[in-house]
Amino acid sequence: MTGIGVGPELISLDGVVAGYTHHPVLTDVTFHVHEDQFTGIVGPSGAGKTTLLRLLLGTLAPMAGTITKDPALRMAYVPQLETVSWNFPVTVRECVLMSRRARNQLPWASRAEKASVGDVLERLGIGDLADRHIRELSGGQQQRMFLARALLRQPQIMLLDEPTSGVDVSTRHDVLHLLADLHEEGVAIVLTTHDLNGMAAHLPHLVCVNERIVASGSPADVMTPDVLEQTFGARMEVVEHLGMRIVVDEGPHRSAMRETG
Amino acid sequence: MDTLLEPLQYAFFQKGLLVAGLSGALLGLIGVYIVLRGMSYIGHGLSHSIFGGFAAAQLFAANFYMLGAGLWGIASALAITSVTKRSRLGADAAIGVITTASFALGVALFAKFGSSGPSFENALFGSILGISAQQILGLVAVSVLTAAFVFLRYRALLFSTFDPEVAAVSGVNVSRIEAMLMIVLSLAILATLTVIGVTLVAAMLVIPAVIARMLTDSFGRMLGYSTAIGLACGLIGMYLSYYAGVPSGTMIVLVGASLFVIVLAFTGGRGLRRSADLDAHTDASALAPVAR
Repeated sequence: MTGIGVGPELISLDGVVAGYTHHPVLTDVTFHVHEDQFTGIVGPSGAGKTTLLRLLLGTLAPMAGTITKDPALRMAYVPQLETVSWNFPVTVRECVLMSRRARNQLPWASRAEKASVGDVLERLGIGDLADRHIRELSGGQQQRMFLARALLRQPQIMLLDEPTSGVDVSTRHDVLHLLADLHEEGVAIVLTTHDLNGMAAHLPHLVCVNERIVASGSPADVMTPDVLEQTFGARMEVVEHLGMRIVVDEGPHRSAMRETG
Repeated sequence: MDTLLEPLQYAFFQKGLLVAGLSGALLGLIGVYIVLRGMSYIGHGLSHSIFGGFAAAQLFAANFYMLGAGLWGIASALAITSVTKRSRLGADAAIGVITTASFALGVALFAKFGSSGPSFENALFGSILGISAQQILGLVAVSVLTAAFVFLRYRALLFSTFDPEVAAVSGVNVSRIEAMLMIVLSLAILATLTVIGVTLVAAMLVIPAVIARMLTDSFGRMLGYSTAIGLACGLIGMYLSYYAGVPSGTMIVLVGASLFVIVLAFTGGRGLRRSADLDAHTDASALAPVAR
């Protein structure tokens, strides 16, 4: 799979304007997510990355434009770690079980549901933490638990908000490998990230956002000084290392030196 | 033993014990969701708001004042939910205006026209003596309804309490669950209003749930503990109320507060750590998506 998205469309945004309390954050967004897509949305803080994710999720209605998706589409969402209270009284197993199918509303999980939770926790390497309170997990383990909760839904598309924010290098590698495996298994992946070198450079397809879609394409296409300057509002240098693009922040000192000649 | 058995020879006390225990258990059960959602101030405001409906309904439909107050309470609950989500005015301020205005209206109506049902003092501080068979039936019905709601919507309630945005993406109709919870909450407050009293209902929504949180890290056990603690507060408070000659609601809340202090002394730092985030408000900024 290429990851740039050429298969059937799952979600389409056409000419969308969106924001909060009548203040548009994103304007004129046309973005289509395909069955075989693996996309990273990059941009500075406040650029509209999470807003774009919420439009795809359907938790934010557009002010203008149209959003099309199959109502039966199985979506899973992995939010940022700080969106929940980690002091909430649940264990890892109870938290993952929350995303079991809606037809079982009762307090007790079925034997099959318990087995599914066990399998997904083992796959993510946290099988031995099932009965721990969620407060006792490290940042990386919390991220894995959220991924387990998302996987239990057997999604067709998984959307993740800054999945490697606040985790160590080892967990970041594990998350990237897991997402790559899921993509190979046919799950479409869309994630936001501000980590250009650690995350974005490894993805097959990027969308640069700053209140609109600035550019879209492979890292080789969009990780250029001009596109990055339009997206982040700061000049950055891009170098090649072992066939990968690496972004070097020039910093205010070097930028000023270059400008003064 | 005689101390326990002596009041039981009176029919009013038997009835009072049933009603106080059931009220405590009901508020303890529903209070878990109120406390974990950071909605304690909504419970407080709603009880004051319902007081206005209680007074107004007695004027216009004396025989059906509980029905009138119930409708007023449900309307207030839905208005509070809506204001909390959409108001550009601070949620605390908006709710403060709505609920205290309703409470003031109730006080004015009581002062001007009096009451055909419970007295002003009984409505404020609770009294078992004046409770009718109809009200007991109402309390039993609301308790059964609440227990059924918690049991049959366990997953949706838990998921939307912990993480409403992911719950919505995972097929939970969060708006409907929140509206149903507010309706059940307003019915619970209404059913216990004459027992605990309007000024003290909010305390019994919070105290058993906070004590239960200090005792356990499991959500299922917290539900059970909070219900049992509410029940115990109701029963012990009723006995103390009989012997001390003070309103039942006052004693029930004082028992709850004493239990809180005892559990705090035994659990110490662990209990405080467990209950650390319970004062987080579910205000407009938390409910409406704001991150960009």
